Amino acid sequence: MLSMTQFAKEESDDFAAIGQNPPDDSHLATSASAPPREGYATGNDAQRPVIRASNVDFFYGNAQALFDVSMDVPRNRVVALIGPSGCGKSTFLRCLNRMTDLIDGVRVNGSIQLDGEEINRPDLDVIELRRRVGMIFQRYNPFPKSIFENVVYGLRISGVRDRRALEEACERSLRGAALWDEVKDRLKESAFELSGGQQQRLCIARATAVNPEVVLMDEPCSALDPRSTARIEKLIGELRNKYTIVIVTHNMQQASRVSDFTGFLYEGRLVEFGVTQTLFTKPIEKETEDYITGRFG
Amino acid sequence: MAMHLLHAIEELKKKVLALSTLVEERVADATRALELRDSELATQVIEGDTKIDNIEVDVEEECLKILALHQPVASDLRFIVAALKINNDLERVGDLAVNIAERTQFIASQPPANVALDFSTMATKARTMLKRSLDALVENDVHIAREVRTSDDEVDAMNREMYRAVQSALETQTDNVQLLIHLLNVSRHLERVADLATNIAEDVIYMIEGEIVRHKTEKYL
Repeated sequence: MLSMTQFAKEESDDFAAIGQNPPDDSHLATSASAPPREGYATGNDAQRPVIRASNVDFFYGNAQALFDVSMDVPRNRVVALIGPSGCGKSTFLRCLNRMTDLIDGVRVNGSIQLDGEEINRPDLDVIELRRRVGMIFQRYNPFPKSIFENVVYGLRISGVRDRRALEEACERSLRGAALWDEVKDRLKESAFELSGGQQQRLCIARATAVNPEVVLMDEPCSALDPRSTARIEKLIGELRNKYTIVIVTHNMQQASRVSDFTGFLYEGRLVEFGVTQTLFTKPIEKETEDYITGRFG
Repeated sequence: MAMHLLHAIEELKKKVLALSTLVEERVADATRALELRDSELATQVIEGDTKIDNIEVDVEEECLKILALHQPVASDLRFIVAALKINNDLERVGDLAVNIAERTQFIASQPPANVALDFSTMATKARTMLKRSLDALVENDVHIAREVRTSDDEVDAMNREMYRAVQSALETQTDNVQLLIHLLNVSRHLERVADLATNIAEDVIYMIEGEIVRHKTEKYL
């Protein structure tokens, strides 16, 4: 685990915002790399990290995939996770809304808190957790339903029946996902009629329709062409005004373009976590430098 | 991809070093022409500037190509940024060598002025700074770069001394005004060479440490 004294020594100001201590607003207001945004709430709630992972170990059977990972995810920020294949970044992402529950024989040690609440508690409502922490996958995966039904799916299963409420939520979510203008006249068509980039934005609309706090994205653009990728990246920039985003990406330029903070994982360890601009211009750890400059191994 | 980038950076490094060697030589030639009152050598310096200009453009294009094609990060990015700036500074040093050579042509055509100006020491100092700043670049040595920064004050002091000497000479040697002003300009040009060497040293510090030290007083002394 990275020691906080090391952070403090190297980058006292910037790392204060992401460290073990809750960031304060005055700092965020003056940091060049994390400018204050409109709608950024003040008070204790805003200062507390949305997600606080502490000393997380993760095992697939006997194979340990994560080693002592600790990370604070600040509210209304985009955090990118980078690292070579098999470094544990997707595993860590899946831990954040317990998607890992779906795999047999896995075990997790340490603590992951969402708004101060332990998410690995046995009695926790996992469905509710996944509403609050939504997920976008590499391969866009709309349901074999209409565009409309895809977007309101989460609301329907949580019991919303009112047609007008569903329609309003649908429009709001599709607008938020920058898809409304393209699909407003064909909401009853199958989601599969849409292009790949549109289907991915539909999945984003579906995830945001239920008003999550955090949106996890696992390689959301790797199946898309550059133009669709650019639209998703632009969308990420807009979404972070309302949500906190954690994105796993193989594309380092994408990480540097869209994120406020970047974590570099290697062989299951979080080697370095810091302000994106600093990490890509002046990384602290040699392993990070070697990876981002392509001198690995 | 990384292999291509490393290769491109090596090539760029060679070009920057070739340029720096050439510029160092030009400054040496210009100051020697001044000391020896050698008009012919001065002319060679003036005529050789086109070559420096061509390499400067070449280096800049190379930097832009690497930025566009490889999107370097971390130390690679800092090297490219430093190379772009050092390239610019070296070209300016080349221009100053030309300026000194032009003054020398006039100075050599006149009888020596009756004023004690120690150009030799000042030129040696400025040239050493330039050489050391480029050593710092080649050897990736931040200590050398810091030494260069501190030497700048000495050259500044020499320039002020020259100014005072020329000023008092002007009061008595009213028929020698043009020559004296040319001499003062030489001093000014040498002082600028030292300034640009300091800039190069500062860029080397940025390249190595990622810290922009320009406009900051040195805390490490």
